[in-house]
Amino acid sequence: MPDATGGPAMVTGTVPVVGTPPGTAPAGRWIGQPVRRVEDRYLLTGRGRFVGDFEPPGTLHLALVRSYVASAAIEAIDASAALSLPGVAAVITAAELAGVAPLRGVLARPEFVATDMPILAADRVRHVGEPIAAVLAESAYLAEDAAELVEVSYGELPAVASAGEALAPGAAAVHEAAPGNVLVDVSPMSTPGLDGIFASAAHVVQVAVSTGRITAAPLEGRVCVAAFDERTGQVVLQTSTQVPHTVRTAVALSLGMDEHQVRVISPDVGGGFGQKCVVAREEVLAAAVARLLRRTVKWVEDRREGLTSGFQAREQFYRLRGAFDADGRMLGLDADIRCDVGAYSCYPVTCGVEVLMAANELPGPYRVQSYRVRSRGVATNKTPIAPYRGVSRPQAVLAMERLMDAAGRVTGLGAVEVRDRNLIDATEFPYRNVMGACYDAGTYRESLARCAELLGFSDWPAVQASAWAEGRLVGLGLACFVEPTAYGTASFGMRKMTIVPGYERATVRMDPSGSVIVMTGTHSHGQGHATTYAQIAADALGIDPGRIRLRQGDTELVPHGWGTFASRSIVAGGGAIARASADLAGQLREIAAHMLEAAPADLELVDGMAQVRGDPATSVPIAELARTAHHAAHLLPDGLGRGLEATASFDPEGTFSNATHGAVVEVSPSTGGVRLVRYVVVEDCGVMINPMIVDGQVAGGVAQGIGAALFEELCFDETGQPVSGSFVDYLVPTAADLPEFEIHHLCTPTPRTPTGSKGMGEGGTIGAPAAVLNAVNDALAQVGACVERIPIRPADVIAAIAAATSSDPPGDGKEAK
Amino acid sequence: MTDAHSIRITVNGTEHELAVEPRRTLADVLRHDLAYTGTHLGCEHGICGACTVLVDGLPARSCLMFGVQADGRSVETVEALGTPEELGPLQQAFTDHHGLQCGFCTPGFLMLITAFLRETPSPTDEEIREVVASNLCRCTGYQGILRAVRAAADDGAGS
Repeated sequence: MPDATGGPAMVTGTVPVVGTPPGTAPAGRWIGQPVRRVEDRYLLTGRGRFVGDFEPPGTLHLALVRSYVASAAIEAIDASAALSLPGVAAVITAAELAGVAPLRGVLARPEFVATDMPILAADRVRHVGEPIAAVLAESAYLAEDAAELVEVSYGELPAVASAGEALAPGAAAVHEAAPGNVLVDVSPMSTPGLDGIFASAAHVVQVAVSTGRITAAPLEGRVCVAAFDERTGQVVLQTSTQVPHTVRTAVALSLGMDEHQVRVISPDVGGGFGQKCVVAREEVLAAAVARLLRRTVKWVEDRREGLTSGFQAREQFYRLRGAFDADGRMLGLDADIRCDVGAYSCYPVTCGVEVLMAANELPGPYRVQSYRVRSRGVATNKTPIAPYRGVSRPQAVLAMERLMDAAGRVTGLGAVEVRDRNLIDATEFPYRNVMGACYDAGTYRESLARCAELLGFSDWPAVQASAWAEGRLVGLGLACFVEPTAYGTASFGMRKMTIVPGYERATVRMDPSGSVIVMTGTHSHGQGHATTYAQIAADALGIDPGRIRLRQGDTELVPHGWGTFASRSIVAGGGAIARASADLAGQLREIAAHMLEAAPADLELVDGMAQVRGDPATSVPIAELARTAHHAAHLLPDGLGRGLEATASFDPEGTFSNATHGAVVEVSPSTGGVRLVRYVVVEDCGVMINPMIVDGQVAGGVAQGIGAALFEELCFDETGQPVSGSFVDYLVPTAADLPEFEIHHLCTPTPRTPTGSKGMGEGGTIGAPAAVLNAVNDALAQVGACVERIPIRPADVIAAIAAATSSDPPGDGKEAK
Repeated sequence: MTDAHSIRITVNGTEHELAVEPRRTLADVLRHDLAYTGTHLGCEHGICGACTVLVDGLPARSCLMFGVQADGRSVETVEALGTPEELGPLQQAFTDHHGLQCGFCTPGFLMLITAFLRETPSPTDEEIREVVASNLCRCTGYQGILRAVRAAADDGAGS
């Protein structure tokens, strides 16, 4: 394996290139190599810098008084006992924050009800864990002691603890502005004549699937250190975020400051997975308190806060009907979707983020020509939701893949054939789907065929039968999906958000010694951008990636950008870097042309040298070009050198990775436990900048998807009280729960990015729940049982088996007529 | 509650004498009193293992130990395993096999496995999986971690 400090370029693995559309860049000297990550050396030696590591002398520690009831009027707050503790500096309530505006995520569309998320609750709390007061003290221990002494008098109000309750007639309203508790209700597609299609279809199948509430649970929780810099008049907020500029915008809006008066710094980030791509109240609070008290303020979320008050996700319900012709081709899809969005709308993507994505992306990789969908976001007295890796795709894919399995059974075609007949074929790209999304190109059918082959699908019935003969219940499940990644401003604009993300901007600057600094607004939190971005720039500039360093996570330092989420960084950030690097390479060639008395077009940048193509002896070191451009610019004609820098932006059209996941499970009929035996991924994300990192993203995603399928759930009691407040109750998978993942790649470079790469950060998470649930149900079908909910709890499996009779299998997908 | 106790602990071979509140965790003593910020806190209730350090050679959750309990004892943290310029063999295996992404849980895994390989220099794959299952990682799905430990063991990192 070559590392970033040299060594020959190596061809990696056996990645079949399915097709290279015109205009895409071929893999280069560094692009495509499994370069070891430059981040690793400092992270492995404890030299990383995470926000919690910062604690300047004089720091005040902030602890929150949070609501312990789900719905109540705040009648009084008595902080006198807390304030009497020596070392307590202040207790801040909404009264002290007068003038600090709430967070207000808005979709400018009539189907959306805008609601405010106050920084601190003033007169009303809407979920357990809602912050009411902030205690500031000289130590974190003291701040927690004092927080317990703050007395809040609640006038308890009825709480709605589930979407079903919230939609019931006469249910208490979470927000006065939404009496029926529906915050968003969209029907973005309704093909005329759909009912007729269903009435005359050869086969109609239906599924009803629900998914439990979960959370990203990054190992580093949320954390902020805020200060007021009297020299610059700035609030300086260090925070663990995926989106530094978006945090800056939110803080500036809430505090009524210009954006340049807020500096957001995010050093190393210990995971985010979407939870940190929205702005938390606590981030605004820390900034507001630092400005108010003119002190450095530190807040470190503890795990209980993280699991009860941090953004949650994915509590959804799908009812799907599919109409199929006699050959198993889907004629129509009819969907009703419900998302429990919790008590508030997150900023900036709003509580519509799951609702809209579920409706818009449900058709997935299939040729769905007629479609009707209604998708609703229902407010409950629970913690607000926000994006979590894949957002609604894991659930939408789960529902579609349950439908496909049902169709395979009802038509007699089986799981592979029915999918194959409905997947978009390679000859159909670019393919505009029923929702108007234009898929670039991929290997939808090929990935299915390869995954089925790797799993031995054709021999599966015999394998399964012989296991059952030994009393073992085994099952095989598949999931096909397309992963829309890197939305640009055009796509985000269609959502009608009031701030529209999508582009990225990069500056690539060569210093006088010939080393390069890359600056962009994405923010790596485990994805290894310092490595992959260097690979992209190195190929363009003809230098070793070890001479390229990334600067990120400081709004004072990097161009305005949108951060890292939605699998956008290698497309948007990488695209901007590729463009800026190409510009800088052009400048270098011009300087070299002047020094070598050659034509710029005849020059190439290779291995640290600018040389005449075909005549490498006529050359000049790139470092010498850099020195000349800065320190001897008088030797160059006007307009050349005098600094070496280029800036470019990239606003992607959107790229579409695809994959098929396959799982083999063994289900214990006595304990209800599910053991994963095999897990196979065949994915296609176009050109892989660094295949090692791609595999790591897939593996991490699959583990999270398996967690959602089998282990993780945030439970609430009927009063809205969360009961999963620790890692004893909220089960993040361990190494003992997961098999070795078998990850295979196909490669269809996209013509839509400078590198041919597609985004791929979420795919692992997207496919896993469906593959696992389908596998479990394939096993359970042998005893006539079926489960249509994740996580698949052992008790659910036992109950399903107990309820089953082999003559009348429940949930076989056939619609009663 | 705030009466400070004087303690003496050796961290990575350096002796420190300091006064700490009895309730102050070893993790906070290491991170904030002594600036060994390589030790991270992921859950503060003993499950995730990000805060794992070695106390007299044995892995301990430093979030579940008080600093005063480390009085007179020897603590090893991630800072002792190598430097960015010269990684230790286990650290090298982690970078070779992509055993880390965000890097937050990594110090805890490194300390846990360091003790494990000292005790079990030639582990089976099952033994490796069992010990790796002691800690939580949210990024990697453990795939790279397991490969790294296998490679480190095969290269004799524990001997």
